[in-house]
Amino acid sequence: MNLNFLDFEQPIAELEAKIEELRYLGDDSEINIGEEIARLQAKSRELTEQIFRSLTPWQIAQLARHPQRPYTLDYVERIFTDFHELHGDRAFADDPAIVGGLARLDGRPVMVIGHQKGRDTKEKLRRNFGMPRPEGYRKARRLMELAERFGLPVVTFIDTPGAYPGIDAEERGQSEAIARNLHVMAGLKTPIVSVVIGEGGSGGALAIGVCDRLLMLQYATYSVISPEGCASILWRSAEKAPEAAAALGITSGRLKELGLVDEVVEEPLGGAHRDPDETARRVRQALVESLDLLDRTPLDKLLDQRHQRLMGYGEFKHQ
Amino acid sequence: MSWFKKLMPSRIRTEGRARGKVPEGLWTKCEACQAILYRAELERNLDVCPKCGHHRRIGARRRLEAFLDPEPREEIGAEIVPADPLKFKDSKRYKDRLAQAHKQTGERDALVVMAGALEGMPVVAAAFEFGFMGGSMGSVVGERFVRGVDAALARQAPLVCFSASGGARMQEGLLSLMQMAKTAAALRRLQARGIPYVSVLADPCMGGVSASLAMLGDILIAEPGALIGFAGPRVIEQTVREKLPEGFQRAEFLLEHGAVDMIVDRRELRSRVASLLAMLTRRPAP
Repeated sequence: MNLNFLDFEQPIAELEAKIEELRYLGDDSEINIGEEIARLQAKSRELTEQIFRSLTPWQIAQLARHPQRPYTLDYVERIFTDFHELHGDRAFADDPAIVGGLARLDGRPVMVIGHQKGRDTKEKLRRNFGMPRPEGYRKARRLMELAERFGLPVVTFIDTPGAYPGIDAEERGQSEAIARNLHVMAGLKTPIVSVVIGEGGSGGALAIGVCDRLLMLQYATYSVISPEGCASILWRSAEKAPEAAAALGITSGRLKELGLVDEVVEEPLGGAHRDPDETARRVRQALVESLDLLDRTPLDKLLDQRHQRLMGYGEFKHQ
Repeated sequence: MSWFKKLMPSRIRTEGRARGKVPEGLWTKCEACQAILYRAELERNLDVCPKCGHHRRIGARRRLEAFLDPEPREEIGAEIVPADPLKFKDSKRYKDRLAQAHKQTGERDALVVMAGALEGMPVVAAAFEFGFMGGSMGSVVGERFVRGVDAALARQAPLVCFSASGGARMQEGLLSLMQMAKTAAALRRLQARGIPYVSVLADPCMGGVSASLAMLGDILIAEPGALIGFAGPRVIEQTVREKLPEGFQRAEFLLEHGAVDMIVDRRELRSRVASLLAMLTRRPAP
């Protein structure tokens, strides 16, 4: 069992292992096995296509949390140049679960902000698994207001299980920190583009996600509550998470249908983690196009459009 | 059912469930101090225990009834009722849960908004009905709140909101989450026009409601003992695996940590808010 592959990816993992084995053999044996390798590679590709054609929402939720999935800083280094990370909320601390700073996108200066998860155990703990505390949200707000003062667009990367549910976070006003960000972003006098790259976990995600244009990676998720959380409340069993994932409508396709997401960025075959460079290239292209589009809108019209967009959220009936 | 009961004709058979229930009487017990209270007196006291001061949860309409002047009153957004955009179904259909909540509370959703007056000053007041699916915020709550804000703008009248909610409504998925952004954005317009917004946090005020409209008041008032926070205590306990401190996430804890301006007894809310709003709108004392 390869831990870098999810359950439903295991058949692909087995084929890949076989290919590796053959390659290794090929180095020191007389037999020409290139043909066999090519055959297996084609088979692996076909198998991947087949598996990924009919993923369930729950499988997509697992892909969104894949241990190998690219995180914010993986995109920052591939998409932007001259990144200068800026730290701290100026009141309490620097929260490593949110990163942000000045950078250039295609030559143009922007403010980049995103949730950051860790890759190894030590880093995971330091980043608190991408779950920000109030100081993280307050740092993000400080950076957005900085961008506003200097007329720089804001790009945010969303990837968090949620805001941190901890004693210290509550003591320092997690609710207020999130609420204030929503309030500030709704009227920030500069364009905002957000991309959901992994997990869009509830209020903790939205707190850096109020925007003029919302992009979403194909296998990312965005939800009001985690499938496990929903299942344990409504089904009274966390084991019903697959059912909850389907009912909540958390996938990019479903959210595009509901009109909540503007653009879905397709991932390479097998998911973003199979080819981070290609994924970053596609995200970069979508970001550049989005910013170009927003650049052509005068600021007062942009703010008006953002307000209308926010007011338009909701589905209800008239009695 | 025993063989003996089966022998009895069905019209003299009594169902076990109906038997155990004591009819709602004249007396009730305070959950906090266990004192036996006369119900009519408790009601006159706005459901605050006269013995220990414990604040019980009260419904949206009673809340507004007690807060606003008797005249004039005009309900806002009552014609907006829930849809089921996701066709959500868990162990029960969302549609059925809505119907059940309607039957239990008489409301069509979890927020009631009224334009009226407070000691003669025009105000718009909104109140969450916690009995309606835990006061959860979905599309209707968000839209009614925004219409309340619009009414406040049109009347140049202050806005007061009494929040009591478990958070965003899961059954409307991401649409519910977006109500946080929607209500927060609407409040900006109020702020831009210099119209005050007083947010009263009642028990309980959690999750997506706490992390949006409830925490954005120009003045934040908590009711005594109210549970207020982002994550629920059970979730926090499971995450940090330690015992939560005494009084954690209660109104008094929030006051101590600088998260709210004041704690006000429900029986004094009307006069305190009237006094505050008169100052913020530079009117003479009410």
